[in-house]
Amino acid sequence: MELTVEEVQHLAKLCKLEVEDEAAERYAKQLSEVLEYVGKLREVEVDIESEAVASVTGLENVMREDELHGCTAEERERILDQFPLREDDLLKTRGVFGI
Amino acid sequence: MTDLTIEQLHGDLLAKKFSATEATNAHLEAIASRDSTIGAYLHVANEDALSTAARVDEAIARGDSLSAVAGVPIGVKDTILVSGAPCTAGSNILKPYVAAYDATVTKKLKSNDAVLMGKLNCDEFAMGSSTESSAFRATVNPWDQRTVPGGSSGGSAAAVASGLCVAALGSDTGGSIRQPAALCGVVGLKPTYGSVSRYGLMAMASSFDVIGPIARRVADVRTMFHAIRGKDAHDATSSDGIPVSRGAAGSAKLRIGVPEEYFGQGIDDDVAASVRDAIAVLEQRGHTIEEVSLPLSAYALAVYYVLMPCEASANLERYDGIRYGASVARSVPETALDGVYIATRTKGFGPEVQRRIMMGTYALSAGYADQYYKRALAVRQRIRREFEDVFTRVDVLITPTSPTPAWKFGEKTDDPMKMYLSDIFTVSANVAGIPALSLPCGFVERDGASLPVGLQLMGKWFDEETLLSLGEAYEQVTEWHKKKVSA
Repeated sequence: MELTVEEVQHLAKLCKLEVEDEAAERYAKQLSEVLEYVGKLREVEVDIESEAVASVTGLENVMREDELHGCTAEERERILDQFPLREDDLLKTRGVFGI
Repeated sequence: MTDLTIEQLHGDLLAKKFSATEATNAHLEAIASRDSTIGAYLHVANEDALSTAARVDEAIARGDSLSAVAGVPIGVKDTILVSGAPCTAGSNILKPYVAAYDATVTKKLKSNDAVLMGKLNCDEFAMGSSTESSAFRATVNPWDQRTVPGGSSGGSAAAVASGLCVAALGSDTGGSIRQPAALCGVVGLKPTYGSVSRYGLMAMASSFDVIGPIARRVADVRTMFHAIRGKDAHDATSSDGIPVSRGAAGSAKLRIGVPEEYFGQGIDDDVAASVRDAIAVLEQRGHTIEEVSLPLSAYALAVYYVLMPCEASANLERYDGIRYGASVARSVPETALDGVYIATRTKGFGPEVQRRIMMGTYALSAGYADQYYKRALAVRQRIRREFEDVFTRVDVLITPTSPTPAWKFGEKTDDPMKMYLSDIFTVSANVAGIPALSLPCGFVERDGASLPVGLQLMGKWFDEETLLSLGEAYEQVTEWHKKKVSA
């Protein structure tokens, strides 16, 4: 499986990354090597639909009451304080279409 | 004071040979004088460490009982949150981040009055096997400063090996505790998946990640593991597990399996010989050695390099420059929302992280998910069943931890596949979710330096105790763990 530079550029866009063409060439080569290596999984005969299970330790769903777990004032301020853009206690973001 | 075990330190504190403050100061001085060379710490918590130590000294003066880790200087990998301390995971994208709360493991150590010394260097978001992908500094291997300490918990292993803390926490997704422990000549335990809470651990690959201890003795690793394990309401995948210990330390005769697949291509001859010598030692102790075969282990690394990037690419979506961490929103006023995401992530993530995000996005994309993601899940179940089957015949598996000793800086950084292959023996325990312990079993000569070799013991789900007992029994009849780094 060979990835092209164009495919890497498309992937980068999906990942919200900007990749220069020179780097894209490097990534294409490196990711192709990894894809070639993991391609050996095709040698194992499996029934994908029935065997593709995520847990290896027999996990089950865990439920709890839908109740509020608060935090201390200090924790709250520490969280608010890290907002890159803050207005009072509100998180500010840039506009989706304009600025 | 910087070469004691946890048990010795605990005893000396109770006997008032020295105070917790003196022990903490001795480690802070060691960090101040030696860490500019070693490069293990990203942040040293001088004040917090000393105030905890003072509290322990007051408890001792009052005659209060002390927990096993009270007053013990412990380092924490920088992927684990310590409230009020910076937590970067070795990434520029988290350079300004300060933890708002404690990870569950941190909380447990704090409530036991452990002295938290600071945050330890690692590969960026724990992605790497040499700690070279850290955005901030290189950590050297204390046995030969021309070589890497392993990774991703390279700072943890190097700090423990060079006496900059007594024990440390690491995290292990594909070998990140055991491989650096092996390369630095110390002991590392990757517990069963779910036996230690992941709450407050930076998520890399959530179905693989587990926190575990690194220390200079197996007994210390056990003490640390007992201090941090257990079910946690904040982590739905955590569990108390079913302890299936086989009884008294070292006395039980175990059936030990030697999987030939782990001694094959790619392993250095002298590394294999060291592990074979260790197997002979265990056989002389009366354990039964049995050759076993785990043919599907040959696919474990491929399973890992599909599933891990898939999970990582989803987990790392949260770093978008909006709520915390580095953000171009602070510096570039004319950027719209999408531009904030793109510029923040492009600047903030290093090449290995970008590679894995793209790899995961590719393997999860429409048309490829069945071919890669689902197929890897299915093969993972086959590998788990193969381990289940072998554990009906043997109690423990023994293998090398790493195919080679520590290598030189820069040797594998341009070739990701070469770097990935250094996890070849450790990764199957993460794929299957089983516990595994690495401990020193010899030294090999490389370019005029003597470098440590580690052996790996893998056990049944939640059967850490058998691994620890066997590891301790091996320590009792060998001297490898006593060899010290020259300061």
